[in-house]
Amino acid sequence: MPGKLKAKIVAGRHLPVMDRASDLTDAFVEVKFGNTTFKTDVFPKSLNPQWNSEWFKFEVDDEDLQDEPLQITVLDHDTYSANDAIGKVYIDIDPLLCTEAASIISGWFPIYDTIHGIRGEINVLVKVELFNDLNRFRQSSCGVKFFCTTSIPRGYRAAMVHGFVEELVVNEDPEYQWIDRIRTPRASNEARQRLISLMSGELQRKIGLKVLEMGGNAVVGYLQCFDLEGESGLVVRAIGTACTLEKQSSGSLVNTHTHPNTAPASNACNSPSKDGKEPVFGEDLPSSSGPPTPFRNLPTSSSSPPPFSPFKPCSRQSSSSDTDLSLTPKTGMGSGGSAGKEAGPLKTLLRQQTQTALEQRGASSSGLLLNAREFPFFTLTSFPPGFLVHVGGVVSARSVKLLDRIHNPALGNTRSYKLLDWNSVTADEPETRDAWWEEIRQEIKSHAKALGCHAVVGYSENTSICEEVCILSASGTAAILNPRYMREGCLDIGSTDQRFDDPSPPSCGFCHIPYDELNMPFPAQLTYCYNCRRQKVPDVLFTTIDLPAEAAVTGKGCLIQARLCRLKKKAQGEVNATAISNLLPFMEYELHTQLMNKLKLRSMNALFGLHIQISVGENMLLGLASATGVYLTALPAPGGIQIAGKTSGDLNNEQHIQAIQKRINDTIAKNKELYQINPPELTEEGVGSPIPEPRHRSRLFRSHSESSDEVSELDLSHGKKDAFVLEIDDTDAVEDIHSLLIDASPPTGFYTCNTETMPGIYNWTTAVQMFTSVRVLRLSNANLSNQSLNKIFTDLCENLLKSFYFKLRSNIPCCLCHLNFTVAVPEEELIQVSVTAVAMTFDKDQTQERFITKGGIETEEQLQFPLELCADSSSTNAQPSSKFSGVPENTIVSPRVSSLEHCSPLTEGRPRSLRSSRSFGGSSVTMVKMTPLSFLPGTRIIKYLGIINMFFIRETTSLREEGGVSGFLHSFIAEVFAMVRAHVAALGGNAVVSYSMKDCVLMENPNKNQAQCLINVSGDAVICVRETDQEPMTSMTNIGQTCAADGAT
Amino acid sequence: MAVELDVFVGNTTIMDEEVYQLWLDGYTVNDAVKVRMAGGMLDECEANQDVLLSDTMDQYRTFQMCERLLQSPAKLANQLLFQIPPHRQTMLIERYYAFDDVFVREVLGKKLSKGTKKDLDDIGAKTGVTLKSCRRQFDNFKRVFKVVEELKGPLVENIRQHFLLSDKLARDYAAIVFFANNRFETGKKKLQYLTFQDFAFCAGQLINNWTVGAVDNTVEDMDVDLDKEFLQELKELKILITDKDLLDQHKSLVCTALRGKTKAFAEMEANFKNLSRGLVNIATKLTNTKDVRDFFIDLVEKFIEPCRSDRWTSADIKLYLTHYTNSAHILDSFKHQAVWDRYMGVIKSCIYKMYHD
Repeated sequence: MPGKLKAKIVAGRHLPVMDRASDLTDAFVEVKFGNTTFKTDVFPKSLNPQWNSEWFKFEVDDEDLQDEPLQITVLDHDTYSANDAIGKVYIDIDPLLCTEAASIISGWFPIYDTIHGIRGEINVLVKVELFNDLNRFRQSSCGVKFFCTTSIPRGYRAAMVHGFVEELVVNEDPEYQWIDRIRTPRASNEARQRLISLMSGELQRKIGLKVLEMGGNAVVGYLQCFDLEGESGLVVRAIGTACTLEKQSSGSLVNTHTHPNTAPASNACNSPSKDGKEPVFGEDLPSSSGPPTPFRNLPTSSSSPPPFSPFKPCSRQSSSSDTDLSLTPKTGMGSGGSAGKEAGPLKTLLRQQTQTALEQRGASSSGLLLNAREFPFFTLTSFPPGFLVHVGGVVSARSVKLLDRIHNPALGNTRSYKLLDWNSVTADEPETRDAWWEEIRQEIKSHAKALGCHAVVGYSENTSICEEVCILSASGTAAILNPRYMREGCLDIGSTDQRFDDPSPPSCGFCHIPYDELNMPFPAQLTYCYNCRRQKVPDVLFTTIDLPAEAAVTGKGCLIQARLCRLKKKAQGEVNATAISNLLPFMEYELHTQLMNKLKLRSMNALFGLHIQISVGENMLLGLASATGVYLTALPAPGGIQIAGKTSGDLNNEQHIQAIQKRINDTIAKNKELYQINPPELTEEGVGSPIPEPRHRSRLFRSHSESSDEVSELDLSHGKKDAFVLEIDDTDAVEDIHSLLIDASPPTGFYTCNTETMPGIYNWTTAVQMFTSVRVLRLSNANLSNQSLNKIFTDLCENLLKSFYFKLRSNIPCCLCHLNFTVAVPEEELIQVSVTAVAMTFDKDQTQERFITKGGIETEEQLQFPLELCADSSSTNAQPSSKFSGVPENTIVSPRVSSLEHCSPLTEGRPRSLRSSRSFGGSSVTMVKMTPLSFLPGTRIIKYLGIINMFFIRETTSLREEGGVSGFLHSFIAEVFAMVRAHVAALGGNAVVSYSMKDCVLMENPNKNQAQCLINVSGDAVICVRETDQEPMTSMTNIGQTCAADGAT
Repeated sequence: MAVELDVFVGNTTIMDEEVYQLWLDGYTVNDAVKVRMAGGMLDECEANQDVLLSDTMDQYRTFQMCERLLQSPAKLANQLLFQIPPHRQTMLIERYYAFDDVFVREVLGKKLSKGTKKDLDDIGAKTGVTLKSCRRQFDNFKRVFKVVEELKGPLVENIRQHFLLSDKLARDYAAIVFFANNRFETGKKKLQYLTFQDFAFCAGQLINNWTVGAVDNTVEDMDVDLDKEFLQELKELKILITDKDLLDQHKSLVCTALRGKTKAFAEMEANFKNLSRGLVNIATKLTNTKDVRDFFIDLVEKFIEPCRSDRWTSADIKLYLTHYTNSAHILDSFKHQAVWDRYMGVIKSCIYKMYHD
């Protein structure tokens, strides 16, 4: 008996009136865990009952503790008829299973009903006593810590990073079972909520097991998603990065991190995956040309997979048979032809894929399949210094799949009412899904290799489902990581690889190309690094990761979005899937072109946090790419955008072109000023480094002032025609240019980005305002063209941003960080955009702004401190700047010990004081801050209390009475926030970091006065304290670093 | 193409005070947008009409959802749905319970019943307050009235604690409750010149001095009902006007004290008996509920109007009433000093307040 769960029901308040006659309620509570149920006494005639129950004890396996939520149901006692349910509370026990997380759950929880929403609150106490389990073959993974944060959590350091973990579980969706026809909507919703809660518990446990197997103790960047596949079922899947984390404390700081503990690695040797050594993808890179930038994508198509056969012939699996290879190019070839001028890059892209695939096919004989489960993927988006060596570019893959309606006909209805037995019954199904994802991951892996990289960072996966068609997408950033921090065998690195030893300065090292200059995977325009002048850099860099904290950046950044709508014919089955997969390459290409143009329009040269979402609807596809553009000091200045008319001679046309050109040039100039992009005017001669074409370089700095023929000559000579020159050959192109210019820059006082922080802004105040906004547009006109659809979609996004600026105007000066847009096509003529972001206020005078603009000077100092200091990214730093500010100052060494002593008591004392603070004062509610970022400015996280992963369904049959869909969703989102806050507060926390809303699925039927919505949110519950006496703590890591630096020099 | 759904939810609930006021004032969303546009909102943050409309709708929805909580403000502090910093909560409550003086002036002293509620559209039309706002204000009065009706303890304190209002607003509500409970007549033409604040002040005086609570603070309704015993005792004051000697003696004492101190002395001397009769008669009749209702109209008719026609200044009034009250103490045969003081203390301050130069 490995665990005892204890729960006590204290009291309720603000209960709804259940008895009309007395205007009161006779409430009692059922507490259920697994199959055991306890009841409290009925507390008659009160809306504020005081049950003060005994401790209900459940003796359970820790496996169940991980999977099951504690289920608390509040009911109204009725002598003559059935008791009426008031509502439920599900409490995830998981945070209590970790010794380092919360020790007790205690607080007021909203009582939630899927039909009525929040109906009062209940005060509950929950404790767990865990016994040490000696059973080695246990199924539980208690003690493995989970973090949604996609960086090493503050206060921890990564002793080792083990690599990619993934898992998925599948079950039938209760909403689509026959029993749903006879049960109430409430029962159906509750079955669904409970099932998903169970499934995510199981998923987390299974992932935990994998982590233990690898020798790790934590999962960082844990990303869990639901695929509501309708009749074909419900998939819950998760990916993450297994790590061995060590709590940062005085002792372990300097001595342990240089030698990664080898014990976990030996543990992992048992796994079969290690046996086959991945073939080294070394110097023989394909010399084919490809897309003009390090951005690769390969949509693959697929038709319906027959059940039980993951490797069926018709699936586009890069590593399988020849037929695939012949089919995939077809997709692209057609698209290339119709797109005219765009044919070039697409063809090359195809050629490349062919080669990659061939390569893989060859490799498969040498144990590729054996090795298939081992992917060098990392869900992390920011890394400890020295971890990330080089970045290649974005790699992405998409695949269109058909979901099978009648998946397990043999099983029929028998399992409908045995919801919990999915393990045994649907065992085959996860394998199908697994195989799908594996295909995609293989593809990603091979793309990364083509870029000369052995790892993919900032990796994420998502799906878009419409009826029976499903688009699976994965993307990440190809990179070279320092193997020092990796478990052996987690990356396949040739022993001869010298790339890690190159002493690139951290402020630019990651920009240096990872691939061989002579065998470039695509015709990039390489120059010597503008920062260190030793290595080559590309002219643009696209990545999915956060801007590395140590990167040298000029000026500020901004959110850049590419938006696209494509109509498609309504179709069914395979025809539909083919149509979609035919459209995908166009969409990818166009999104990419848009991004590129918009980047240049802002005079920037790199994108971070790139996220491309393609959403499928019945009659259209929506594409939305968001990223944060910056000007990396190490990269060359971007050229301007040149307009060229195809039909010369027409005087009107010429004038028109000139007018547009002027507008573009003006916009670029304006943007340069707005984002303070004044790259340091390097004097070429002074440096004397062997930089090729000095003339050309100097011209680039003032490119947009060049006369047209010069620029075009320049562009053509470098084969970058598409990126630089926009040809106005038809009205479409004119529209494109207009749409390019339509993006309004944020009003004064606002900055925007979709990454963690904005370069150039350091002095954040503690004011944060997290928000979620959802907008749905109904397209009234059925005969819309692609062009007008694009316009509508672009306006929708732009208007949303405008609304944010207006709403948050009181926070000026402020930056909207982590702007996360999600698009969906919930119904035929609806477009839904959901946004979650945080507005962070900063102090106007940028007193600390001394790092960025200095670029060249800084590098020398940077070089002095060695790369091996791994300590996680400054752990407790809320301000990214302090990391830098601390480093060069070698003076603050002595106060280290005292400062640590100064800090540690807080860790113990704080939670209690937080709790007690709730009892006095007028308000009994703890303020809980929420942010999608991994930190809260001005505070430091002293404890991670566990992961928050909640799924809610809300339904109404009185839509009008609740204020229409807007009213309905507004209160639902507010309720979800409230429940998240309540859970965090009950764990003793006061903030949620890395918060995200994964899903917001809204279905409505105004004619029937009905609507239903599903929301899934996640984040890390933390305790953070004000950074008032922060100097000691922040300097601690830095001191550790400087100590090491001193020792090394 | 139409916006089907548009919501914005902040973790900390965002509420614009200006929009809140428009909502409280009963503006429709469209009217509110017009007002905001006229107020120069378009210049801020490059907003346009759509942005304003969307923002206004969001805020209105938020306020509507909050309204239930605002009706029992104690809940606002420990509810979990909206995260609102305490100082914002205070603002929300204070504004929700704020009322228009012109409106309250119309319903002051009326029964807070359905009948009155039906007349709200007329009152709205008359005062220029929107019907929605009238309803809110009326319902607030009624709600406060209902809650404090059943409570023991000091009225103002009860209102303050139950509705988390500021001291000033709690006192105003106490006045409204007090007036509604005693059904004081305030609507007569002669009383039209009096503002709500005049009445509120008087109500405060009455509550503090004439109610049961003024002597015993443990009984129910202590601050709402007038002290019956005291009203009974007031009958004893009749002697001041029925006993001729006493009346003359009183007059000569007052006149001696006043002589040479005011220009209106002649009028004071001439009117003394009338005025004194007026005030004492008011006192003696207060046992009748009907006469309690007419308390203010009587004060105006019997005292304020005669003085005003004689062009007394406020200073004159003060002087006169001070001496009038104090002189009674010197009268040997007048034994009801305590009752007299309790009565005249209130009368004095009420008349000061009600006498507008």
